[in-house]
Amino acid sequence: MDWEWFGLNERNLVSAVTIIGIAALTNVACAVIGCYLVLRRMSLLGDAIAHAVLPGLVVAFLLGGTLSLPVLFLGAVAVGVLTAALTQTLHRFGGVSEDASMGVVFTSLFALGVVLIKYHGPSIDLDPDCVLSGLLELADDNLVSLGGLEIPRGLVTVLPVLAINLAFIGIFWKELLVASFDPAFAASLGFRPILLHYVLMALVALTTVASFEQVGSILVIAMLVLPGATANLLADRLGPMLVLASLCAALAAPIGFVLALWWDVNIAGAMTLVVGVLYLLAACFGPEHGLLSRLIRQATLRVRILAEDILGILFRAEETVPGQPVAIESLRQQLAAGPSFWLALRWLVHRGWVRREGKQLWLLPAGLEHARGLIRSHRLWETFEVVELGRDAERVHDSAMRVEHFLSPSLQAEISATVGDVAKDPHGKGIPQTSLETSQAPRPSASEVAEG
Amino acid sequence: MSYVTLLVLATTSVLGATAGVLGCYCVLRGRALVGDVLAHAALPGICLAFLVVGRRDLLAFVVGAFLAALAAVSTMVLVRRYLRTKDDAILGIVLSVFFGLGIVLLSLIQKLPTGGAKAGLEVYLFGQAAAISRSDLHVILAVGILVGIAVLLLYKEILLVTFDPAFARVQGWPVSTIDLVLMSLVATVTIIGLPAVGVVLMAALLIIPPAAARFWTDRLGRMLLLAAIFGAGAGILGTASSAGWIPTLRSGPAGEPGLPTGPMIILSGTLFFVISLAFAPEKGLVPRAVRLLGLRLRTAREHLLRMLYEATEPIFPRVRPVSFQEIRGQLGWGWLFAQLLVLEASWRGWVRKENGDLTLLPAGWKEAARVVRAHRLWELYLVEQAGIAPDHVHRDADEMEHLLPPQYVAQLEEKLTERLPPEADRVPASPHG
Repeated sequence: MDWEWFGLNERNLVSAVTIIGIAALTNVACAVIGCYLVLRRMSLLGDAIAHAVLPGLVVAFLLGGTLSLPVLFLGAVAVGVLTAALTQTLHRFGGVSEDASMGVVFTSLFALGVVLIKYHGPSIDLDPDCVLSGLLELADDNLVSLGGLEIPRGLVTVLPVLAINLAFIGIFWKELLVASFDPAFAASLGFRPILLHYVLMALVALTTVASFEQVGSILVIAMLVLPGATANLLADRLGPMLVLASLCAALAAPIGFVLALWWDVNIAGAMTLVVGVLYLLAACFGPEHGLLSRLIRQATLRVRILAEDILGILFRAEETVPGQPVAIESLRQQLAAGPSFWLALRWLVHRGWVRREGKQLWLLPAGLEHARGLIRSHRLWETFEVVELGRDAERVHDSAMRVEHFLSPSLQAEISATVGDVAKDPHGKGIPQTSLETSQAPRPSASEVAEG
Repeated sequence: MSYVTLLVLATTSVLGATAGVLGCYCVLRGRALVGDVLAHAALPGICLAFLVVGRRDLLAFVVGAFLAALAAVSTMVLVRRYLRTKDDAILGIVLSVFFGLGIVLLSLIQKLPTGGAKAGLEVYLFGQAAAISRSDLHVILAVGILVGIAVLLLYKEILLVTFDPAFARVQGWPVSTIDLVLMSLVATVTIIGLPAVGVVLMAALLIIPPAAARFWTDRLGRMLLLAAIFGAGAGILGTASSAGWIPTLRSGPAGEPGLPTGPMIILSGTLFFVISLAFAPEKGLVPRAVRLLGLRLRTAREHLLRMLYEATEPIFPRVRPVSFQEIRGQLGWGWLFAQLLVLEASWRGWVRKENGDLTLLPAGWKEAARVVRAHRLWELYLVEQAGIAPDHVHRDADEMEHLLPPQYVAQLEEKLTERLPPEADRVPASPHG
């Protein structure tokens, strides 16, 4: 591959891989814990904690002189739990709504952090700007020595956090599952959902702090929400959701990196945009909840109903005058349908149910068979409404027009049995037999009924 | 006081008051964090405006930011309607993606050869109160007056839409239009305030003053007024403290002059919030704790009196002294608590304490009779009128006896008059012996 195109040579290929690796691991660490935030409807907690840790960092700086990892992690957990606890306290004892109390807590703590930085002046080497957009560009330069090996500091920070997150989720899988979907049930099982909530908050804080030193708070906030929300559009079960979220988060790292290099822009920002696009793709093309598939399902249903209505009209025409074609124009006017009429017509021809000859439409034997089932469904429902629900025979046609498309053969058989296997509908028209039913359960002849 | 300080003071206080008023609408409708999202979402609009116009132009920035905020709101509405993503995640998504776009554009601008680095767009992230100009004040004043007029004209509509949007819709009010007008005002104020206080702190101005005002009142009009006062107060106090008017805050150990204005404004707002949280008469924590403590003390006092009364009752008019140990054992009190209660009762002249024994005095007897009467009337009422078994009523009456106001006791007496003894103090016998 021609790396020269990106201005890369062999030496900075290594640093590119390092940056992508750190970003991918960080993203995954955020995404797995973020799934639970999304499910518990606390997605903005990442935003809150990412801002609220600022005074904690300043205090850690003042105590340790530099940001040593243990101090950083301990401070993060403390501040995360503090933020969650303060929010909960304001909400429960102060009667402030949950989002407002979160807003009060994190903005106040952030303001406190900024004031502390300014108050202590240049002795604190914290730049709010870097906190925001991260220092991914320099991730491969920042090395620490570990057992004689020079390892990027980003890896040393993020690997333990990822391991802790995965271990926590693995060990408390069942507890987290129940507590996320039904906290009351979890409490009744003795799972202590409140303790679990605070442990989760501590992990969010840990992840946030470990990550935003590398990738900046904006990417952390994005990674805590977007992969989880994307996966939630694609999967209905927690396991696949976690896997998809991790994939989505990991994928954002290389794509975002390449785009950032290409456009010469901020890497963390580009990665954020990539997950945003992934969410958009899932929203549009997701198999179950995606907009396109829902649109297609709706359109298919519309065309199917329209086609079945056409078959119904053809069948009724066949009943009155057998062997005559029907004019397409009169069909179209009768159904008052728009362009989808032609789609439905094409579909019918394609299935081999009707034959089109100029402006005329012929019902073919296969179409007759299908139409028989529909008309049976229609007339059985009319009979059911009149016999069982006591409705006026003149007023049942419209509801039968809607219901006829949705009665399965087994339901038809049940309705038929309920209304007493009658042969005529309330309007005196014959209820056609389907070949399926006649072969499986032959209807008693009139003489048999009389004898029995 | 310098001219610049005065300018900053006027601007931040008007901004605080305006944001406070509009924030009430957000907080009451459960959209406290929408301001946060709008403030973040404005960034790409500002960057795009710079890329289009090519220089720092306030009007272009406001238009760009407003369009971006509009795009953010439309995204939120559309996602909410068509996808299964929940509200909190929608806020998070819109916030981070828009802001991410902003960061990307910002890094692009900073690398532009045509003086992009001097665009000074970072001001919109963290705010720079010192750079406030006279024209900023004029813009903010104009918006403030606009908001004031809008709130006065639309007061009834805001009230209706805030507390019962479904009813408002049924009554034929254009709920969506009113909502749109108010949210547009929120977006406008957010964008106007960004260069002065920055993204996070602008969000805070929309949340903290209304949340503080909510503690003091249940009426919308007063809440709007209080939020405006708190917002303006935060602006004044924050500017004053950052300008060094408060000596202890004048400078840090490193000798840096002054503290950042934006964060000091927010912390002043937080101060108002904490004071409200602690001391608001109805909902404040301290008044509530005092009320709770008062109730607990009264309950304990009345339990003591009833115990002494019931000890003496069988041998009345003689009096049976009760030992301190017996009281502690029966009422389950700690030594200190019991001592305090006994001390208070003897100070009131209800009991006399001799060699560790307590004797009920006439004044205490009268007070105790009132308590016992309430207790037994309630028990009788439960037995007679609610059909509860006599051995089940004591615990319930134990709680109710302290809460029954005199007119209720009188009503109970009237209802149960044939069960009462004819004597003047009319203490009925206990229904459970």
